[in-house]
Amino acid sequence: MSVFDGLKFRRVSSPIHRLDPRAKFFYVCILFVIAVMFYQLLPLVILFLIQIPFVLVAGVQREWIRSMKGASFLASLIFVFNFGFNYFYTEYPRFPPSASLIEYSLAMTFRFIVLIESFSMFFLTTSPDLLGLALEQSHVPYEFCFAFTTAVRFVPVLAEEALTIMDAQKSRGLELEKGNFLKRIRNYIPILIPLIVSAIRRSLELAEAMESRAWGASKKRTNLYVLKLRRYDVLLITIAVSMLVFAVYVWLFIKIPLLTTLIQL
Amino acid sequence: MIEAKDVYFKYPTGVEALRVVTLTISNGDFVAVMGQNGAGKTTLVKHFNGLLRPTKGDVLVDNVNTRDVSIAKLARSVGFVFQNPDHQLFCETVEEEVAFALRNFGFEKDVISRRVTWALNLLGLTQYRQTSPFMLSGGERKRVALASVLAWDPKIVILDEPTIGQDHQQKEKLRQFIIQLREQKKTVVIVTHDVEFVAECNPRVILMSEGKIVADGNADKILTDENLVTKASIVPPQISQIFMQLTDFGLPTNVIDVYEARKILLDFLEVHS
Repeated sequence: MSVFDGLKFRRVSSPIHRLDPRAKFFYVCILFVIAVMFYQLLPLVILFLIQIPFVLVAGVQREWIRSMKGASFLASLIFVFNFGFNYFYTEYPRFPPSASLIEYSLAMTFRFIVLIESFSMFFLTTSPDLLGLALEQSHVPYEFCFAFTTAVRFVPVLAEEALTIMDAQKSRGLELEKGNFLKRIRNYIPILIPLIVSAIRRSLELAEAMESRAWGASKKRTNLYVLKLRRYDVLLITIAVSMLVFAVYVWLFIKIPLLTTLIQL
Repeated sequence: MIEAKDVYFKYPTGVEALRVVTLTISNGDFVAVMGQNGAGKTTLVKHFNGLLRPTKGDVLVDNVNTRDVSIAKLARSVGFVFQNPDHQLFCETVEEEVAFALRNFGFEKDVISRRVTWALNLLGLTQYRQTSPFMLSGGERKRVALASVLAWDPKIVILDEPTIGQDHQQKEKLRQFIIQLREQKKTVVIVTHDVEFVAECNPRVILMSEGKIVADGNADKILTDENLVTKASIVPPQISQIFMQLTDFGLPTNVIDVYEARKILLDFLEVHS
């Protein structure tokens, strides 16, 4: 569950929190694109590092570290799989495993970490309300915006409920970590069914509560807050675009050296 | 027997839920854990079947440290009925639901069917044997949850908020039921806000506030102590509220039982008429 902690928004104020969610989302998307463009370790490590100042400015390092810890298991899996697969099935020189192979596997791991990192950064510093507002002002139909923000808002609620259900079933002698792989998956049925049933029940209740407060009564909605791109937002977008341009340039024209050879120099 | 020794518990989020709690619950005790929201009541009882393990200190259940055994093992002797039955019901029929835990504990097939019949009968659910638990009313679902725990006959029964959402009749049944459990020499621990229910049962009360035990004693002592109840932000039972306002007449203040109150008042009237 700790991965989700890294997505939980906490209401604080920082320059990063005050940025327009659209600008931030654009920036995160660019990071995504760049991360997928490269398979070498050097640029991915750089991508990883340039986000750290953002985290520090936003003051969310604790949550961020927690989400990184949560991702570490998957990250190590990715490393092991990449390493194992390439070791046995590709032409990388074997015995001993070459530095380039390790570096490639590390790069794939870092790519994953960068994706998680930027996602986590975005959600840690953007309130669900602002996010919904941003969607709305991007002319997404209000029903979708509402559904989206509601879904985001209920993630922690559901996570907590899942924990309670686990406790209840464990108290009835359910052992989640018992048995072989298939049995273990089946062990989760007593947790999933109450969770789904209660989610459905909750959604029906929510729908009733909304109806009773005249949801959708007027077609034309107005908002108390209106998002406007400010100087810093424009700056962030400019940074993002220039990062992309630079990345494309590097991708097209520059051969990226291995980190190991760089270190040897 | 449950022993908690200097139990300190901190959630991963950094909340200190229990701060040095020490208590002993003997076999056959009937204990109500009370206190305001967030006082640490549920956190405390979750230590009794190993769902939570103390950050510092030890919890011993029948002289076994909860750190050393699995929840499944502890659950065999400590039954825990959760507040919301919807957090545990998932089977297609009530029968299956009650048998679930028995299967987990590895009972024999004929023992399971005997126990299921016994538990359903105990809680008046026999006619729902083949019904889906999701089709039942709230009170009935609560009883199914209770049956599913009592079916394996645990020595210690923990009930988290058993009276919430129950009408008076169901509460009375529950009270009778607890009396029945006590006759079977079982230890019963309830976590509750329901002062009137506690007043009717008159158990031992453990009063908690901010992760600490602030009082431990009989219900008629604790619930009538004005300082204590304000500290734990609960209200004394209505009967004792009346008696607290009648001290000028020389009436006792530690009355929580309706029948006892009636007797005292009648005696008082007789003397003064």
